[in-house]
Amino acid sequence: MEFQFQFDWQAAINSIPFLLKGIPYTLLISFGGLAIGFLLGIFFGLLSINKKWFFRWPATAYIEIFRGTPILVQVLFIFYGLPDLIGGPIDPLTAGIAAIALNSGAYISEVVRGGVQSIDKGQNEAGLSLGLSRSQTFWSIIWPQAFRRMIPPLGNQAIVSIKDTSLFSVIGVGELVRQGQVYIANTFTAFEVYFVVALMYLAITLSLSLVLRLVERRGLASV
Amino acid sequence: MTQIVQMQGMNKYFGTLHVLKEIDLSVEAGEVVVIIGASGSGKSTLIRCVNGLEEFESGKLVVDGNELAPKSGNPKALAEIRKEVGMVFQQFNLFPHLTVKKNIMLAPMKVKDTPQTIANATAERLLSRVDIASQADKYPSHLSGGQQQRVAIARALAMEPRLMLFDEPTSALDPEMIGEVLDVIRELAKEGMTMMVVTHEMGFAREVADRVIYIHEGQIVEEGKPADVFDNPQNERTQAFLSRVLSH
Repeated sequence: MEFQFQFDWQAAINSIPFLLKGIPYTLLISFGGLAIGFLLGIFFGLLSINKKWFFRWPATAYIEIFRGTPILVQVLFIFYGLPDLIGGPIDPLTAGIAAIALNSGAYISEVVRGGVQSIDKGQNEAGLSLGLSRSQTFWSIIWPQAFRRMIPPLGNQAIVSIKDTSLFSVIGVGELVRQGQVYIANTFTAFEVYFVVALMYLAITLSLSLVLRLVERRGLASV
Repeated sequence: MTQIVQMQGMNKYFGTLHVLKEIDLSVEAGEVVVIIGASGSGKSTLIRCVNGLEEFESGKLVVDGNELAPKSGNPKALAEIRKEVGMVFQQFNLFPHLTVKKNIMLAPMKVKDTPQTIANATAERLLSRVDIASQADKYPSHLSGGQQQRVAIARALAMEPRLMLFDEPTSALDPEMIGEVLDVIRELAKEGMTMMVVTHEMGFAREVADRVIYIHEGQIVEEGKPADVFDNPQNERTQAFLSRVLSH
């Protein structure tokens, strides 16, 4: 028998409405997780450059643990492991958001650290010499400059985290990949459906890249 | 005369390196003290101690009545001192994310709660004074080095300092821009601003200084009126230094 494969456009198009239902979950987990991850990143990133070891060590431990273990293991641990500890189930959406938050938070800590450390120490000295307090100097002089330099790596992390949410199909969140799997189980059109799934990820990440490029251009124009 | 700065037996170390040795120095109100010396002699470190950008290990330092303890032991005094002492850096250190005018308005608004309209008016007045009113809304990177340094001087003056510190203010400038910055400093001196100036511009030092201090390896080895120090140095190290820097 001769093997002949033909891309079934109709199957691809038919899958779209069902797959689209996964996108709100993908976006919610990504951006919900990233928003919390950003706050964690600022907090632990700044702790990690503190002069005092008892601030620095916990931050370094957090960063190393969540950068050094796979996000898949992290989410499995949160979803299947943590309920044993807290004595009650965690819903998959919460587990997904928590995993993205903790994981991206570790990487963003490093972005924050690098951004802040890249600012010339003369900026700090100028602020202090004008009578500004340490925190005034940091938040009105160092941080705005550091944040501008952080935008490209933050965008990078956002894209990585969006793609990481695809792993959460394993805990049963109805995100994009999960929707694809469910659809394929009924139609056996794996090629077409995963193709559409891939295109949808690409649409999200490319839009984000575009927005970031615009933000970056606006941010750089003034410096 | 009021003493603005008083240093007694001040010692400063970088690790095991003894960078300032038993410094005794006082600066009177209205006085212009110029500090000269070779690179690494400790002259920048000396003025950076005055506003606490460097800690010192022992001795006494009083700035306008606020006594700074060794090892930054007195944060309240340090905060007071920084409000009253302006500093101009070799590398300008303007804030690149703020316009020229905002650079000048920032400290009065944050530190003294000056209302925006008043801070704005002060900034405009100071920018005219340093002759760059037309650049007010530009960002520092669009200005020449000389213009940037003049903005930095205006920024320090906006806090109405009792003392100005200049740390090699012309060393990072192209030769053709040195004059415009020195003119501004000269003008300040004429108006009676108390200043401590670290510089390699010997002609300027001679002209503007009430007193010249020569530092060698962390020690004040000669001090006096510019004419005495430059024309008739007593210490052989000063003689050697001056013959090196004045010979060309």
